[in-house]
Amino acid sequence: MDNLTAKSFALRQDVLNMIYRAKTGHIGGDFSVLNIILTLYEKQMNTRPDNVSSPDRDRFILSKGHSVEALYAVLADQGFFPKSALETYSQFGSNYIGHPYNKINGIEMNSGSLGHGLSVGVGMALAGRMDKKDYRTYVVMGDGELAEGSVWEGAMAGGHYKLDNLCAVVDRNRLQISGCTEDVMSHENLAKRWESFGWNVIDVEKGWDIPSLNAAFEEAKQCKGKPSVIIAHTIKGYGVSFMENQAVWHHKVPTDEEYQLAMEELKAKEAAANE
Amino acid sequence: MNNIPNRQAICDVLLEEAKTDRDIVVLCSDSRGSASMTPFSVAYPEQFVEVGIAEQSLVSISAGLARCGKKPYCASPACFLSTRSMEQGKVDAAYSNTNVKLIGVSGGISYGALGMTHHSAQDIATMSSIPNMRVYLPSDRHQTRKLIQALLKDEKPAYIRVGRNPVEDVYEEENTPFEMDKATWIKEGTDVAIIACGEMVKPAKDAACLLEKDGISASVLDMYCVKPMDEASVVKAAEKARLVVTAEEHTFIGGMGSRVAQIVSEHCPRKVICMALPDAPTIPGKSQEVFAYYGLSGEGIAKKVKENL
Ligand SMILES: Cc1ncc(C[n+]2csc(CCOP(=O)(O)OP(=O)(O)O)c2C)c(N)n1
Repeated sequence: MDNLTAKSFALRQDVLNMIYRAKTGHIGGDFSVLNIILTLYEKQMNTRPDNVSSPDRDRFILSKGHSVEALYAVLADQGFFPKSALETYSQFGSNYIGHPYNKINGIEMNSGSLGHGLSVGVGMALAGRMDKKDYRTYVVMGDGELAEGSVWEGAMAGGHYKLDNLCAVVDRNRLQISGCTEDVMSHENLAKRWESFGWNVIDVEKGWDIPSLNAAFEEAKQCKGKPSVIIAHTIKGYGVSFMENQAVWHHKVPTDEEYQLAMEELKAKEAAANE
Repeated sequence: MNNIPNRQAICDVLLEEAKTDRDIVVLCSDSRGSASMTPFSVAYPEQFVEVGIAEQSLVSISAGLARCGKKPYCASPACFLSTRSMEQGKVDAAYSNTNVKLIGVSGGISYGALGMTHHSAQDIATMSSIPNMRVYLPSDRHQTRKLIQALLKDEKPAYIRVGRNPVEDVYEEENTPFEMDKATWIKEGTDVAIIACGEMVKPAKDAACLLEKDGISASVLDMYCVKPMDEASVVKAAEKARLVVTAEEHTFIGGMGSRVAQIVSEHCPRKVICMALPDAPTIPGKSQEVFAYYGLSGEGIAKKVKENL
Protein backbone atom coordinates (compact mmCIF):
# COMPACT_ATOMS: atom_id res chain seq x y z
CA MET A 1 0.00 0.00 0.00
CA ASP A 2 1.11 3.55 -0.61
CA ASN A 3 1.39 6.41 1.86
CA LEU A 4 -1.74 8.12 0.67
CA THR A 5 -3.74 5.18 1.89
CA ALA A 6 -2.13 5.60 5.30
CA LYS A 7 -2.90 9.28 5.15
CA SER A 8 -6.52 8.59 4.28
CA PHE A 9 -6.90 6.64 7.52
CA ALA A 10 -5.16 9.40 9.47
CA LEU A 11 -7.52 12.00 8.01
CA ARG A 12 -10.48 9.81 8.93
CA GLN A 13 -9.30 10.13 12.52
CA ASP A 14 -9.49 13.91 12.19
CA VAL A 15 -13.03 13.57 10.86
CA LEU A 16 -13.99 11.26 13.70
CA ASN A 17 -12.56 13.69 16.25
CA MET A 18 -14.43 16.64 14.76
CA ILE A 19 -17.76 14.85 14.83
CA TYR A 20 -17.26 13.24 18.22
CA ARG A 21 -16.25 16.55 19.78
CA ALA A 22 -19.06 18.60 18.21
CA LYS A 23 -21.67 15.82 18.51
CA THR A 24 -22.82 16.52 14.98
CA GLY A 25 -21.77 15.65 11.44
CA HIS A 26 -22.24 13.27 8.53
CA ILE A 27 -19.64 10.60 9.12
CA GLY A 28 -20.87 7.93 6.67
CA GLY A 29 -20.65 10.13 3.60
CA ASP A 30 -17.38 11.66 4.83
CA PHE A 31 -15.77 8.26 4.90
CA SER A 32 -17.08 7.24 1.48
CA VAL A 33 -15.94 10.44 -0.23
CA LEU A 34 -12.66 11.14 1.55
CA ASN A 35 -10.37 9.22 -0.78
CA ILE A 36 -11.93 10.92 -3.79
CA ILE A 37 -11.17 14.37 -2.37
CA LEU A 38 -7.71 13.30 -1.21
CA THR A 39 -6.80 11.91 -4.64
CA LEU A 40 -7.88 15.16 -6.29
CA TYR A 41 -5.89 17.42 -3.96
CA GLU A 42 -2.83 15.16 -3.81
CA LYS A 43 -2.56 13.92 -7.36
CA GLN A 44 -4.75 15.85 -9.75
CA MET A 45 -5.53 19.45 -8.98
CA ASN A 46 -3.01 22.27 -9.09
CA THR A 47 -4.88 24.06 -6.33
CA ARG A 48 -2.58 25.00 -3.45
CA PRO A 49 -2.73 27.41 -0.50
CA ASP A 50 -0.49 29.82 -2.42
CA ASN A 51 -2.66 30.01 -5.53
CA VAL A 52 -6.19 30.11 -4.15
CA SER A 53 -6.89 33.31 -6.03
CA SER A 54 -5.11 32.38 -9.22
CA PRO A 55 -7.41 32.35 -12.25
CA ASP A 56 -5.58 29.21 -13.36
CA ARG A 57 -6.35 27.07 -10.35
CA ASP A 58 -8.40 23.93 -10.77
CA ARG A 59 -11.87 24.27 -9.27
CA PHE A 60 -13.40 21.90 -6.77
CA ILE A 61 -17.03 21.84 -5.71
CA LEU A 62 -18.34 19.54 -3.01
CA SER A 63 -21.92 19.39 -4.17
CA LYS A 64 -22.76 16.85 -1.46
CA GLY A 65 -21.85 19.55 1.02
CA HIS A 66 -22.83 17.56 4.09
CA SER A 67 -19.53 15.69 3.72
CA VAL A 68 -17.67 18.87 4.59
CA GLU A 69 -15.76 17.30 7.48
CA ALA A 70 -13.82 15.20 4.95
CA LEU A 71 -13.07 18.32 2.93
CA TYR A 72 -11.92 20.21 6.05
CA ALA A 73 -9.60 17.35 6.98
CA VAL A 74 -8.01 17.34 3.51
CA LEU A 75 -7.76 21.14 3.26
CA ALA A 76 -6.11 21.36 6.69
CA ASP A 77 -3.67 18.64 5.69
CA GLN A 78 -2.87 20.56 2.49
CA GLY A 79 -2.15 23.68 4.55
CA PHE A 80 -5.10 25.85 3.53
CA PHE A 81 -5.65 26.58 7.23
CA PRO A 82 -4.12 25.36 10.47
CA LYS A 83 -5.24 21.98 11.69
CA SER A 84 -6.23 23.54 15.00
CA ALA A 85 -9.13 25.21 13.17
CA LEU A 86 -10.78 21.80 13.01
CA GLU A 87 -11.32 22.03 16.75
CA THR A 88 -13.74 24.89 16.20
CA TYR A 89 -15.91 22.82 13.87
CA SER A 90 -19.62 23.55 14.59
CA GLN A 91 -18.76 25.72 17.60
CA PHE A 92 -20.53 29.00 18.26
CA GLY A 93 -19.18 31.74 16.03
CA SER A 94 -16.90 29.47 13.99
CA ASN A 95 -16.95 29.60 10.20
CA TYR A 96 -16.18 25.89 10.15
CA ILE A 97 -19.86 25.00 9.94
CA GLY A 98 -21.54 21.80 8.81
CA HIS A 99 -21.44 22.66 5.10
CA PRO A 100 -18.81 24.31 2.88
CA TYR A 101 -18.58 28.02 3.59
CA ASN A 102 -16.41 30.13 1.33
CA LYS A 103 -15.31 32.41 4.12
CA ILE A 104 -12.85 29.57 4.67
CA ASN A 105 -9.65 29.58 2.68
CA GLY A 106 -9.72 27.02 -0.13
CA ILE A 107 -13.48 26.66 -0.38
CA GLU A 108 -14.80 27.85 -3.74
CA MET A 109 -18.53 27.69 -3.30
CA ASN A 110 -21.05 27.40 -0.52
CA SER A 111 -23.10 24.25 -0.74
CA GLY A 112 -25.37 22.12 1.41
CA SER A 113 -28.53 22.26 -0.61
CA LEU A 114 -28.08 19.25 -2.85
CA GLY A 115 -28.24 19.45 -6.61
CA HIS A 116 -26.56 22.81 -7.24
CA GLY A 117 -22.93 21.84 -7.78
CA LEU A 118 -23.05 20.39 -11.26
CA SER A 119 -24.58 23.48 -12.84
CA VAL A 120 -22.18 25.72 -10.94
CA GLY A 121 -19.40 23.54 -12.34
CA VAL A 122 -20.81 23.97 -15.84
CA GLY A 123 -20.52 27.72 -15.32
CA MET A 124 -16.92 27.45 -14.21
CA ALA A 125 -16.04 25.19 -17.11
CA LEU A 126 -17.72 27.56 -19.58
CA ALA A 127 -15.77 30.48 -18.11
CA GLY A 128 -12.55 28.50 -18.50
CA ARG A 129 -13.35 27.95 -22.14
CA MET A 130 -14.25 31.62 -22.70
CA ASP A 131 -10.99 32.72 -21.09
CA LYS A 132 -8.92 30.03 -22.86
CA LYS A 133 -7.70 28.66 -19.56
CA ASP A 134 -6.48 25.14 -18.99
CA TYR A 135 -7.92 24.64 -15.52
CA ARG A 136 -10.26 21.74 -14.84
CA THR A 137 -13.44 21.76 -12.79
CA TYR A 138 -14.38 18.89 -10.49
CA VAL A 139 -17.81 18.38 -8.95
CA VAL A 140 -18.50 15.64 -6.40
CA MET A 141 -22.09 14.52 -5.90
CA GLY A 142 -23.88 11.90 -3.84
CA ASP A 143 -25.98 9.22 -5.49
CA GLY A 144 -29.06 10.19 -3.48
CA GLU A 145 -28.44 13.71 -4.70
CA LEU A 146 -28.98 12.56 -8.29
CA ALA A 147 -32.73 12.55 -7.62
CA GLU A 148 -32.70 16.35 -7.85
CA GLY A 149 -33.89 17.39 -11.30
CA SER A 150 -31.36 20.21 -11.30
CA VAL A 151 -28.55 17.65 -11.53
CA TRP A 152 -29.90 16.54 -14.87
CA GLU A 153 -30.34 20.10 -16.06
CA GLY A 154 -26.63 20.54 -15.38
CA ALA A 155 -25.85 17.23 -17.04
CA MET A 156 -27.77 18.34 -20.11
CA ALA A 157 -25.82 21.60 -20.31
CA GLY A 158 -22.47 19.88 -19.75
CA GLY A 159 -23.22 17.47 -22.58
CA HIS A 160 -24.61 20.17 -24.83
CA TYR A 161 -21.54 22.34 -24.48
CA LYS A 162 -19.20 19.33 -24.71
CA LEU A 163 -17.31 20.50 -21.64
CA ASP A 164 -14.27 18.24 -21.60
CA ASN A 165 -12.75 20.47 -18.92
CA LEU A 166 -15.50 19.34 -16.54
CA CYS A 167 -15.34 16.16 -14.51
CA ALA A 168 -18.16 15.02 -12.25
CA VAL A 169 -17.81 12.30 -9.64
CA VAL A 170 -20.70 10.31 -8.22
CA ASP A 171 -20.02 8.90 -4.77
CA ARG A 172 -22.02 5.76 -5.50
CA ASN A 173 -22.34 4.32 -1.99
CA ARG A 174 -25.92 3.18 -2.60
CA LEU A 175 -27.20 4.73 0.61
CA GLN A 176 -28.94 7.95 1.56
CA ILE A 177 -30.71 9.07 4.75
CA SER A 178 -33.81 6.89 4.45
CA GLY A 179 -31.98 3.75 3.36
CA CYS A 180 -30.81 2.19 0.13
CA THR A 181 -30.93 4.54 -2.87
CA GLU A 182 -32.51 1.80 -4.95
CA ASP A 183 -35.45 1.61 -2.52
CA VAL A 184 -35.83 5.36 -2.05
CA MET A 185 -35.53 6.39 -5.71
CA SER A 186 -33.74 4.02 -7.99
CA HIS A 187 -30.96 4.87 -10.43
CA GLU A 188 -31.24 1.91 -12.74
CA ASN A 189 -28.78 1.98 -15.62
CA LEU A 190 -26.94 4.90 -14.10
CA ALA A 191 -24.04 4.75 -16.56
CA LYS A 192 -26.42 4.67 -19.54
CA ARG A 193 -28.31 7.65 -18.17
CA TRP A 194 -25.15 9.74 -18.13
CA GLU A 195 -24.09 8.45 -21.54
CA SER A 196 -27.42 9.46 -22.98
CA PHE A 197 -26.78 13.00 -21.75
CA GLY A 198 -23.55 13.06 -23.76
CA TRP A 199 -21.08 12.17 -21.02
CA ASN A 200 -18.03 9.92 -21.02
CA VAL A 201 -18.64 7.47 -18.18
CA ILE A 202 -15.84 5.88 -16.18
CA ASP A 203 -16.76 3.25 -13.60
CA VAL A 204 -14.40 2.72 -10.67
CA GLU A 205 -15.24 -0.60 -9.09
CA LYS A 206 -13.16 0.03 -5.97
CA GLY A 207 -14.15 3.60 -5.35
CA TRP A 208 -11.99 3.80 -2.22
CA ASP A 209 -8.80 2.69 -3.98
CA ILE A 210 -6.61 5.72 -4.57
CA PRO A 211 -4.60 4.37 -7.55
CA SER A 212 -7.85 3.34 -9.28
CA LEU A 213 -9.36 6.75 -8.65
CA ASN A 214 -6.24 8.44 -9.93
CA ALA A 215 -6.27 6.34 -13.08
CA ALA A 216 -9.90 7.31 -13.67
CA PHE A 217 -9.10 11.01 -13.33
CA GLU A 218 -6.24 10.54 -15.83
CA GLU A 219 -8.58 8.83 -18.25
CA ALA A 220 -11.10 11.65 -17.85
CA LYS A 221 -8.42 14.19 -18.73
CA GLN A 222 -7.63 12.33 -21.94
CA CYS A 223 -11.25 12.31 -23.09
CA LYS A 224 -11.89 15.14 -25.53
CA GLY A 225 -15.16 16.55 -26.82
CA LYS A 226 -17.37 15.65 -23.88
CA PRO A 227 -17.48 15.92 -20.12
CA SER A 228 -16.59 12.90 -18.01
CA VAL A 229 -18.35 11.43 -15.02
CA ILE A 230 -16.63 9.01 -12.71
CA ILE A 231 -19.03 6.65 -11.00
CA ALA A 232 -17.05 5.64 -7.94
CA HIS A 233 -18.52 2.55 -6.32
CA THR A 234 -17.79 3.40 -2.72
CA ILE A 235 -18.65 2.14 0.74
CA LYS A 236 -20.47 4.48 3.08
CA GLY A 237 -18.63 4.58 6.40
CA TYR A 238 -15.48 3.14 4.75
CA GLY A 239 -12.71 2.34 7.22
CA VAL A 240 -14.75 1.60 10.32
CA SER A 241 -16.25 -1.84 9.96
CA PHE A 242 -19.33 -1.28 12.11
CA MET A 243 -20.20 1.87 10.17
CA GLU A 244 -19.74 0.40 6.71
CA ASN A 245 -22.87 0.11 4.57
CA GLN A 246 -25.16 1.08 7.46
CA ALA A 247 -27.71 3.79 6.68
CA VAL A 248 -27.86 4.95 10.31
CA TRP A 249 -24.30 6.16 10.09
CA HIS A 250 -25.40 8.86 7.66
CA HIS A 251 -25.38 11.29 10.58
CA LYS A 252 -25.20 9.26 13.74
CA VAL A 253 -22.74 10.55 16.32
CA PRO A 254 -20.51 7.87 17.87
CA THR A 255 -20.93 7.08 21.57
CA ASP A 256 -17.80 7.06 23.77
CA GLU A 257 -17.41 3.35 23.21
CA GLU A 258 -18.00 3.54 19.47
CA TYR A 259 -15.51 6.39 19.27
CA GLN A 260 -12.82 4.28 20.96
CA LEU A 261 -13.50 1.30 18.73
CA ALA A 262 -13.52 3.40 15.57
CA MET A 263 -10.31 5.18 16.56
CA GLU A 264 -8.53 1.89 17.26
CA GLU A 265 -9.56 0.45 13.91
CA LEU A 266 -8.49 3.56 11.98
CA LYS A 267 -5.14 3.67 13.80
CA ALA A 268 -4.55 0.00 13.06
CA LYS A 269 -5.36 0.52 9.40
CA GLU A 270 -3.08 3.53 9.21
CA ALA A 271 -0.24 1.53 10.76
CA ALA A 272 -0.83 -1.43 8.44
CA ALA A 273 -0.78 0.86 5.39
CA ASN A 274 2.52 2.32 6.57
CA GLU A 275 4.23 -1.04 6.81
CA MET B 1 -39.70 19.45 30.18
CA ASN B 2 -41.63 18.37 27.10
CA ASN B 3 -39.69 16.15 24.72
CA ILE B 4 -42.18 15.89 21.88
CA PRO B 5 -41.28 18.20 18.99
CA ASN B 6 -44.12 19.82 17.06
CA ARG B 7 -43.26 17.77 13.97
CA GLN B 8 -44.03 14.62 15.93
CA ALA B 9 -47.35 16.09 17.05
CA ILE B 10 -48.23 16.46 13.35
CA CYS B 11 -47.42 12.83 12.63
CA ASP B 12 -49.47 11.74 15.65
CA VAL B 13 -52.59 13.52 14.38
CA LEU B 14 -52.16 12.13 10.87
CA LEU B 15 -51.70 8.62 12.26
CA GLU B 16 -54.96 8.91 14.18
CA GLU B 17 -56.93 10.42 11.33
CA ALA B 18 -55.60 8.05 8.67
CA LYS B 19 -57.34 5.20 10.49
CA THR B 20 -60.64 6.42 9.12
CA ASP B 21 -59.51 8.62 6.25
CA ARG B 22 -57.84 6.65 3.49
CA ASP B 23 -57.34 9.82 1.43
CA ILE B 24 -54.66 11.21 3.69
CA VAL B 25 -51.31 10.79 1.94
CA VAL B 26 -47.94 11.71 3.39
CA LEU B 27 -45.12 12.52 0.98
CA CYS B 28 -41.45 12.83 1.86
CA SER B 29 -38.23 13.66 0.03
CA ASP B 30 -35.71 11.48 1.88
CA SER B 31 -37.04 13.39 4.87
CA ARG B 32 -39.23 10.91 6.71
CA GLY B 33 -36.83 10.78 9.66
CA SER B 34 -36.29 14.51 9.95
CA ALA B 35 -40.03 15.09 9.52
CA SER B 36 -40.89 12.47 12.21
CA MET B 37 -42.96 10.69 9.57
CA THR B 38 -41.32 7.26 9.83
CA PRO B 39 -44.18 5.92 12.02
CA PHE B 40 -46.66 6.96 9.34
CA SER B 41 -44.64 5.33 6.55
CA VAL B 42 -44.60 2.11 8.54
CA ALA B 43 -48.26 2.16 9.60
CA TYR B 44 -49.69 3.23 6.23
CA PRO B 45 -47.26 2.24 3.48
CA GLU B 46 -50.07 2.50 0.91
CA GLN B 47 -50.70 6.11 1.91
CA PHE B 48 -47.06 7.09 1.89
CA VAL B 49 -45.08 8.32 -1.12
CA GLU B 50 -41.30 8.71 -1.13
CA VAL B 51 -40.07 10.92 -3.97
CA GLY B 52 -36.34 10.89 -3.21
CA ILE B 53 -34.30 14.07 -2.82
CA ALA B 54 -36.53 16.06 -5.17
CA GLU B 55 -38.46 18.79 -3.39
CA GLN B 56 -39.90 20.35 -6.52
CA SER B 57 -41.36 17.07 -7.67
CA LEU B 58 -42.57 16.51 -4.10
CA VAL B 59 -44.88 19.51 -4.26
CA SER B 60 -46.06 18.92 -7.83
CA ILE B 61 -46.84 15.25 -7.14
CA SER B 62 -48.79 16.39 -4.08
CA ALA B 63 -50.78 18.79 -6.23
CA GLY B 64 -51.57 16.01 -8.69
CA LEU B 65 -52.75 13.77 -5.87
CA ALA B 66 -54.84 16.58 -4.42
CA ARG B 67 -56.54 17.30 -7.74
CA CYS B 68 -57.63 13.66 -7.74
CA GLY B 69 -59.22 13.83 -4.31
CA LYS B 70 -56.31 12.97 -2.02
CA LYS B 71 -55.27 15.00 1.01
CA PRO B 72 -51.52 15.26 0.66
CA TYR B 73 -49.27 16.36 3.52
CA CYS B 74 -45.82 16.84 2.13
CA ALA B 75 -43.14 17.07 4.76
CA SER B 76 -39.65 18.28 4.03
CA PRO B 77 -37.18 20.70 5.63
CA ALA B 78 -38.70 24.18 5.59
CA CYS B 79 -35.56 25.61 3.96
CA PHE B 80 -36.05 23.56 0.79
CA LEU B 81 -39.84 23.60 0.73
CA SER B 82 -40.06 27.38 0.95
CA THR B 83 -37.37 28.33 -1.53
CA ARG B 84 -36.44 25.51 -3.88
CA SER B 85 -40.03 24.42 -4.42
CA MET B 86 -41.48 27.86 -3.98
CA GLU B 87 -42.64 27.94 -7.57
CA GLN B 88 -44.38 24.58 -7.26
CA GLY B 89 -46.04 25.95 -4.12
CA LYS B 90 -47.03 29.09 -5.97
CA VAL B 91 -48.32 27.49 -9.16
CA ASP B 92 -49.38 23.92 -8.41
CA ALA B 93 -50.61 24.41 -4.86
CA ALA B 94 -51.73 28.02 -4.47
CA TYR B 95 -52.62 29.18 -7.99
CA SER B 96 -54.33 25.95 -9.00
CA ASN B 97 -55.90 25.94 -5.52
CA THR B 98 -55.15 22.33 -4.70
CA ASN B 99 -55.52 20.87 -1.23
CA VAL B 100 -51.79 20.58 -0.60
CA LYS B 101 -50.53 20.96 2.95
CA LEU B 102 -46.84 21.86 2.96
CA ILE B 103 -45.21 20.85 6.23
CA GLY B 104 -41.91 22.69 6.60
CA VAL B 105 -39.92 20.96 9.33
CA SER B 106 -36.79 22.09 11.14
CA GLY B 107 -37.76 25.64 10.25
CA GLY B 108 -36.03 28.89 11.04
CA ILE B 109 -32.55 28.28 12.37
CA SER B 110 -33.29 24.87 13.90
CA TYR B 111 -30.40 23.40 11.98
CA GLY B 112 -28.00 25.77 13.72
CA ALA B 113 -24.43 25.27 12.58
CA LEU B 114 -25.42 23.59 9.31
CA GLY B 115 -25.49 27.09 7.88
CA MET B 116 -27.70 29.20 5.67
CA THR B 117 -28.55 26.47 3.15
CA HIS B 118 -30.41 24.77 5.97
CA HIS B 119 -32.01 27.84 7.52
CA SER B 120 -35.45 29.03 6.53
CA ALA B 121 -35.29 32.55 7.85
CA GLN B 122 -37.23 33.82 4.84
CA ASP B 123 -40.05 31.31 4.56
CA ILE B 124 -42.73 33.61 5.97
CA ALA B 125 -41.73 36.18 3.37
CA THR B 126 -41.70 33.78 0.43
CA MET B 127 -44.80 31.79 1.28
CA SER B 128 -46.91 34.71 2.54
CA SER B 129 -46.30 36.64 -0.63
CA ILE B 130 -48.11 33.98 -2.67
CA PRO B 131 -51.82 34.68 -3.16
CA ASN B 132 -54.02 31.90 -1.74
CA MET B 133 -51.21 30.44 0.38
CA ARG B 134 -51.88 30.42 4.12
CA VAL B 135 -48.97 30.42 6.53
CA TYR B 136 -49.04 28.97 10.04
CA LEU B 137 -46.34 28.79 12.70
CA PRO B 138 -47.75 26.96 15.70
CA SER B 139 -46.06 27.58 19.04
CA ASP B 140 -46.27 24.31 20.93
CA ARG B 141 -47.28 20.70 20.42
CA HIS B 142 -50.81 21.19 21.77
CA GLN B 143 -51.54 24.05 19.43
CA THR B 144 -49.90 22.14 16.56
CA ARG B 145 -52.34 19.30 17.16
CA LYS B 146 -55.36 21.56 17.07
CA LEU B 147 -54.09 23.31 13.96
CA ILE B 148 -53.59 20.08 12.01
CA GLN B 149 -57.01 18.84 13.08
CA ALA B 150 -58.51 22.06 11.76
CA LEU B 151 -56.53 21.93 8.51
CA LEU B 152 -57.73 18.40 7.85
CA LYS B 153 -61.21 19.82 7.59
CA ASP B 154 -60.51 22.28 4.77
CA GLU B 155 -59.50 21.82 1.17
CA LYS B 156 -57.17 24.72 0.55
CA PRO B 157 -53.38 24.92 0.37
CA ALA B 158 -51.35 25.91 3.42
CA TYR B 159 -47.76 26.10 4.58
CA ILE B 160 -47.06 25.05 8.16
CA ARG B 161 -43.65 25.68 9.70
CA VAL B 162 -42.43 23.83 12.76
CA GLY B 163 -39.01 23.61 14.39
CA ARG B 164 -36.74 20.65 14.89
CA ASN B 165 -36.37 20.56 18.65
CA PRO B 166 -39.03 20.04 21.29
CA VAL B 167 -40.26 23.35 22.68
CA GLU B 168 -41.58 23.98 26.15
CA ASP B 169 -45.33 23.88 26.39
CA VAL B 170 -47.07 27.21 26.12
CA TYR B 171 -50.50 25.71 26.82
CA GLU B 172 -51.91 22.92 28.93
CA GLU B 173 -52.93 19.79 27.11
CA GLU B 174 -56.54 19.80 28.33
CA ASN B 175 -56.88 23.52 28.02
CA THR B 176 -55.44 24.76 24.77
CA PRO B 177 -57.43 27.67 23.42
CA PHE B 178 -57.70 27.50 19.65
CA GLU B 179 -59.81 29.21 17.09
CA MET B 180 -58.84 28.84 13.45
CA ASP B 181 -57.26 32.00 12.03
CA LYS B 182 -57.67 33.89 15.32
CA ALA B 183 -54.62 34.77 17.38
CA THR B 184 -54.52 33.32 20.86
CA TRP B 185 -54.51 35.91 23.63
CA ILE B 186 -52.10 34.62 26.22
CA LYS B 187 -52.25 37.75 28.33
CA GLU B 188 -53.92 41.17 28.20
CA GLY B 189 -52.01 44.25 29.27
CA THR B 190 -51.83 48.00 28.89
CA ASP B 191 -48.22 49.11 28.38
CA VAL B 192 -46.88 46.98 25.59
CA ALA B 193 -48.25 44.47 23.11
CA ILE B 194 -45.89 41.60 22.40
CA ILE B 195 -46.85 39.65 19.30
CA ALA B 196 -44.99 36.46 18.51
CA CYS B 197 -45.28 33.30 16.46
CA GLY B 198 -43.79 29.82 16.44
CA GLU B 199 -40.93 29.19 18.80
CA MET B 200 -40.83 32.83 19.88
CA VAL B 201 -44.16 32.62 21.71
CA LYS B 202 -42.65 30.99 24.78
CA PRO B 203 -39.94 33.68 25.14
CA ALA B 204 -42.64 36.33 24.61
CA LYS B 205 -44.66 34.83 27.46
CA ASP B 206 -41.54 34.69 29.62
CA ALA B 207 -40.78 38.32 28.82
CA ALA B 208 -44.26 39.34 29.97
CA CYS B 209 -43.67 37.63 33.32
CA LEU B 210 -40.33 39.40 33.75
CA LEU B 211 -41.91 42.75 32.87
CA GLU B 212 -44.74 42.22 35.29
CA LYS B 213 -42.23 42.05 38.11
CA ASP B 214 -41.07 45.50 37.06
CA GLY B 215 -44.62 46.80 37.01
CA ILE B 216 -44.95 46.76 33.24
CA SER B 217 -48.19 45.35 31.90
CA ALA B 218 -47.93 43.44 28.62
CA SER B 219 -50.36 41.81 26.25
CA VAL B 220 -49.03 38.65 24.63
CA LEU B 221 -50.51 37.46 21.36
CA ASP B 222 -49.71 34.09 19.80
CA MET B 223 -50.03 34.94 16.10
CA TYR B 224 -49.72 31.36 14.86
CA CYS B 225 -51.85 32.42 11.86
CA VAL B 226 -49.31 34.63 10.14
CA LYS B 227 -51.48 34.59 7.05
CA PRO B 228 -54.35 35.29 7.11
CA MET B 229 -53.29 37.47 10.02
CA ASP B 230 -55.84 38.20 12.73
CA GLU B 231 -55.90 41.94 12.11
CA ALA B 232 -58.61 42.68 14.66
CA SER B 233 -56.50 41.24 17.46
CA VAL B 234 -53.43 43.18 16.31
CA VAL B 235 -55.39 46.42 16.36
CA LYS B 236 -57.00 45.64 19.71
CA ALA B 237 -53.65 44.83 21.34
CA ALA B 238 -51.95 47.87 19.85
CA GLU B 239 -54.74 50.27 20.80
CA LYS B 240 -54.41 49.35 24.45
CA ALA B 241 -50.64 49.75 24.46
CA ARG B 242 -48.00 52.43 23.99
CA LEU B 243 -45.58 50.14 22.22
CA VAL B 244 -45.77 47.05 20.01
CA VAL B 245 -42.93 44.52 19.93
CA THR B 246 -42.93 41.54 17.59
CA ALA B 247 -40.70 38.49 17.92
CA GLU B 248 -40.11 35.87 15.26
CA GLU B 249 -37.55 33.38 14.03
CA HIS B 250 -37.23 35.00 10.62
CA THR B 251 -35.42 37.88 9.00
CA PHE B 252 -36.97 41.24 9.79
CA ILE B 253 -37.76 41.64 6.11
CA GLY B 254 -41.19 40.44 5.06
CA GLY B 255 -41.92 38.48 8.20
CA MET B 256 -44.74 38.49 10.73
CA GLY B 257 -43.48 41.74 12.24
CA SER B 258 -43.55 43.55 8.90
CA ARG B 259 -47.19 42.65 8.49
CA VAL B 260 -47.99 43.74 12.05
CA ALA B 261 -46.26 47.06 11.40
CA GLN B 262 -48.37 47.59 8.28
CA ILE B 263 -51.58 46.93 10.17
CA VAL B 264 -50.63 49.06 13.17
CA SER B 265 -49.45 52.01 11.10
CA GLU B 266 -52.68 51.97 9.14
CA HIS B 267 -55.17 51.56 11.96
CA CYS B 268 -53.65 52.82 15.22
CA PRO B 269 -50.13 54.21 14.77
CA ARG B 270 -47.75 53.15 17.55
CA LYS B 271 -44.04 52.52 17.68
CA VAL B 272 -43.42 48.97 16.43
CA ILE B 273 -40.15 47.17 17.13
CA CYS B 274 -39.54 44.01 15.13
CA MET B 275 -37.28 41.58 16.93
CA ALA B 276 -36.03 39.13 14.34
CA LEU B 277 -32.96 37.72 12.65
CA PRO B 278 -30.64 39.94 10.59
CA ASP B 279 -30.58 40.28 6.82
CA ALA B 280 -27.42 38.15 6.70
CA PRO B 281 -26.39 34.59 7.38
CA THR B 282 -26.88 34.21 11.13
CA ILE B 283 -23.89 33.73 13.37
CA PRO B 284 -22.99 30.01 13.34
CA GLY B 285 -24.08 28.05 16.39
CA LYS B 286 -26.83 26.01 17.99
CA SER B 287 -30.25 27.63 17.76
CA GLN B 288 -30.39 28.57 21.45
CA GLU B 289 -26.95 30.21 21.22
CA VAL B 290 -28.03 32.09 18.13
CA PHE B 291 -31.32 33.23 19.72
CA ALA B 292 -29.45 34.48 22.77
CA TYR B 293 -26.97 36.35 20.57
CA TYR B 294 -29.78 38.25 18.81
CA GLY B 295 -31.75 38.86 21.99
CA LEU B 296 -34.54 36.49 20.97
CA SER B 297 -35.13 35.26 24.50
CA GLY B 298 -37.40 36.17 27.41
CA GLU B 299 -34.72 38.45 28.85
CA GLY B 300 -33.88 39.91 25.46
CA ILE B 301 -37.47 40.80 24.67
CA ALA B 302 -38.06 42.26 28.16
CA LYS B 303 -34.93 44.37 27.80
CA LYS B 304 -36.03 45.68 24.43
CA VAL B 305 -39.44 46.62 25.81
CA LYS B 306 -37.90 48.53 28.73
CA GLU B 307 -35.52 50.39 26.43
CA ASN B 308 -38.39 51.58 24.29
CA LEU B 309 -41.24 52.31 26.67
C1 LIG C 1 -31.87 19.98 -1.55
C2 LIG C 1 -31.61 19.15 -0.36
N1 LIG C 1 -32.56 18.31 0.08
C3 LIG C 1 -32.35 17.57 1.19
C4 LIG C 1 -31.18 17.66 1.88
C5 LIG C 1 -30.98 16.90 3.16
N2 LIG C 1 -29.99 15.84 3.00
C6 LIG C 1 -28.72 15.97 3.42
S1 LIG C 1 -27.76 14.67 3.07
C7 LIG C 1 -29.05 13.85 2.35
C8 LIG C 1 -28.84 12.49 1.77
C9 LIG C 1 -27.81 12.52 0.72
O1 LIG C 1 -27.62 11.28 0.15
P1 LIG C 1 -26.43 11.07 -0.87
O2 LIG C 1 -26.47 12.13 -1.91
O3 LIG C 1 -26.49 9.67 -1.36
O4 LIG C 1 -25.15 11.35 0.01
P2 LIG C 1 -24.24 10.32 0.85
O5 LIG C 1 -25.00 9.04 1.02
O6 LIG C 1 -23.02 10.13 0.05
O7 LIG C 1 -23.96 10.97 2.15
C10 LIG C 1 -30.21 14.63 2.40
C11 LIG C 1 -31.53 14.21 1.90
C12 LIG C 1 -30.22 18.57 1.39
N3 LIG C 1 -29.05 18.75 2.03
N4 LIG C 1 -30.44 19.28 0.28
